[in-house]
Amino acid sequence: MDEHRLDGNAAAGSLGEVFSFEVTTAEYACGGCGRTGRLGGAMVYEVRELGIIVRCPSCDHALIRMSHNRRRYLVDLRGTRYLTTGG
Amino acid sequence: MVAVQPRRLLWRLAEVVDVVPETSRTKSLVLEVPGWERHKAGQHVDLRLTAEDGYQAQRSYSIASAPEDERLVLTVDRLDDGEVSPYLTDVLMAGDKLELRGPIGGYFAWEAKDGCPLLLVAGGSGVVPLMAMIRHRAAVGSDMPTRLLYSSRSFEEIIYREELETLAARDGSLEVIHTLTRSRPKGWGGYDRRIDAGMLEEVSWSPDESPLAFVCGPTPLVESVGTTLVSLGHDPAHVKTERFGATGG
Amino acid sequence: MGEGFFSRGFRGRRRSQDTTLSPGQYLVDGFPVLSAGPTPRTPLEEWDFSVVGEVDEPKKWTWEEFRRLPSEEITKDIHCVTKWSKLGTKWEGVSVDTLLEGVETAAEYVTAFCDGDYTTNLPLEEVTGGKAWVAYAYEGEPLEPEHGGPARLLVPHLYFWKSAKWIRGLQLTSYDIPGFWESLGYHNSGDPWREQRYWGD
Repeated sequence: MDEHRLDGNAAAGSLGEVFSFEVTTAEYACGGCGRTGRLGGAMVYEVRELGIIVRCPSCDHALIRMSHNRRRYLVDLRGTRYLTTGG
Repeated sequence: MVAVQPRRLLWRLAEVVDVVPETSRTKSLVLEVPGWERHKAGQHVDLRLTAEDGYQAQRSYSIASAPEDERLVLTVDRLDDGEVSPYLTDVLMAGDKLELRGPIGGYFAWEAKDGCPLLLVAGGSGVVPLMAMIRHRAAVGSDMPTRLLYSSRSFEEIIYREELETLAARDGSLEVIHTLTRSRPKGWGGYDRRIDAGMLEEVSWSPDESPLAFVCGPTPLVESVGTTLVSLGHDPAHVKTERFGATGG
Repeated sequence: MGEGFFSRGFRGRRRSQDTTLSPGQYLVDGFPVLSAGPTPRTPLEEWDFSVVGEVDEPKKWTWEEFRRLPSEEITKDIHCVTKWSKLGTKWEGVSVDTLLEGVETAAEYVTAFCDGDYTTNLPLEEVTGGKAWVAYAYEGEPLEPEHGGPARLLVPHLYFWKSAKWIRGLQLTSYDIPGFWESLGYHNSGDPWREQRYWGD
């Protein structure tokens, strides 16, 4: 059990700065194990001031990595096979 | 299926209308937020504090007020070594401005029209977003069977204790079950231990009734309760969790 | 949000300024834990440390073998890119020079790889010549998992994200391969004295 991890909701504010859709209900497929789910149920590691890492709740694979510095966002979605909204 | 509304989360300036003590460690901030769009019970906001030299600190707080309420209310638990919470509970006062963005988080949210029995499990200040759900329920006159299992360290530390008592007394479909983990008043007949599988089995609806469960509080409690509910047969998709982390701040 | 807004009476976690600190840093009392993923908990019987990549002969040590290598006590200041610093932190570990002793290589770069998915990249010359260690004790006690135990890389002259936690080996490479944070907007070199925090600094 890791005390540092939070639920997908915790990333909603920061991811909401980049995405214009409601992020926590978006569906992902994990690039590590293939599991699908909603981002709200994924695990979030908020590395305060460094970045946000969203991980698969099954295999810990990093689904989304994001940082924000020098007024610049960097979003790495390579950990997902797909990320889709609505539907 | 709900249509996705594209929107950008922007920082706004809220005005503090009042700071209301709830328990010795918690206070509710009553805020006037210009242009606030209606939130859903369970959602949270991000607050951002800026010092004169530009230093910033940001934290998330669950919304305590119902979507129907006129003003936005946040309930803050004061952590002794926190950076943000002592400012909110000790320094902030009516007339001050607070940078805020939200509402955030559609995943851990509930509307009365979602229609299933509701199981709410709270540890300490994890009760805040669940209280928004209970207040929303009362505001729309829902009679959906709802149980709140609420773990606190002591009787005095139960947040919203009287309001919960009043609501449960007049509404037969709402039950509030407390457990006190560190100290109990004389004659206490309720649960006196941390939430465990036995307690959950006694309190929660049977999985056959397809309840929706919301669990909120410190990470260890949430992990344990979430896992237990699933092991008792609840559909994992119907068990929603919000961990506060080991430390808030 | 309007520029110039500040929260009346907010000072934040203060934090003394000290001129021996690198620019933009402040001193902190505790030892903050920043975690990008679950804390690995590799049992010592399963732990090993390798030197691999562009080397003539890869090397590997078990925990017992590793602990029998010559070790040093190291006292250094450390600086995190999130602006906290700690002065005079005490460690015990094996110098990277010791680990690379006898290693034949034309590689100019090294990637530290770790349990979990963390990596960080450095020029080989930044971890040699007495500048880097693989540390297994902090302040006289075995390194705790949340601070990178059983062992972490220690490169105190660079921002502390380069001191990779839960290190399991060094991969020597001819190409510089940006690591976990370096590929997410953090400076490839990370020299606190030139305030190289982010890309383009």
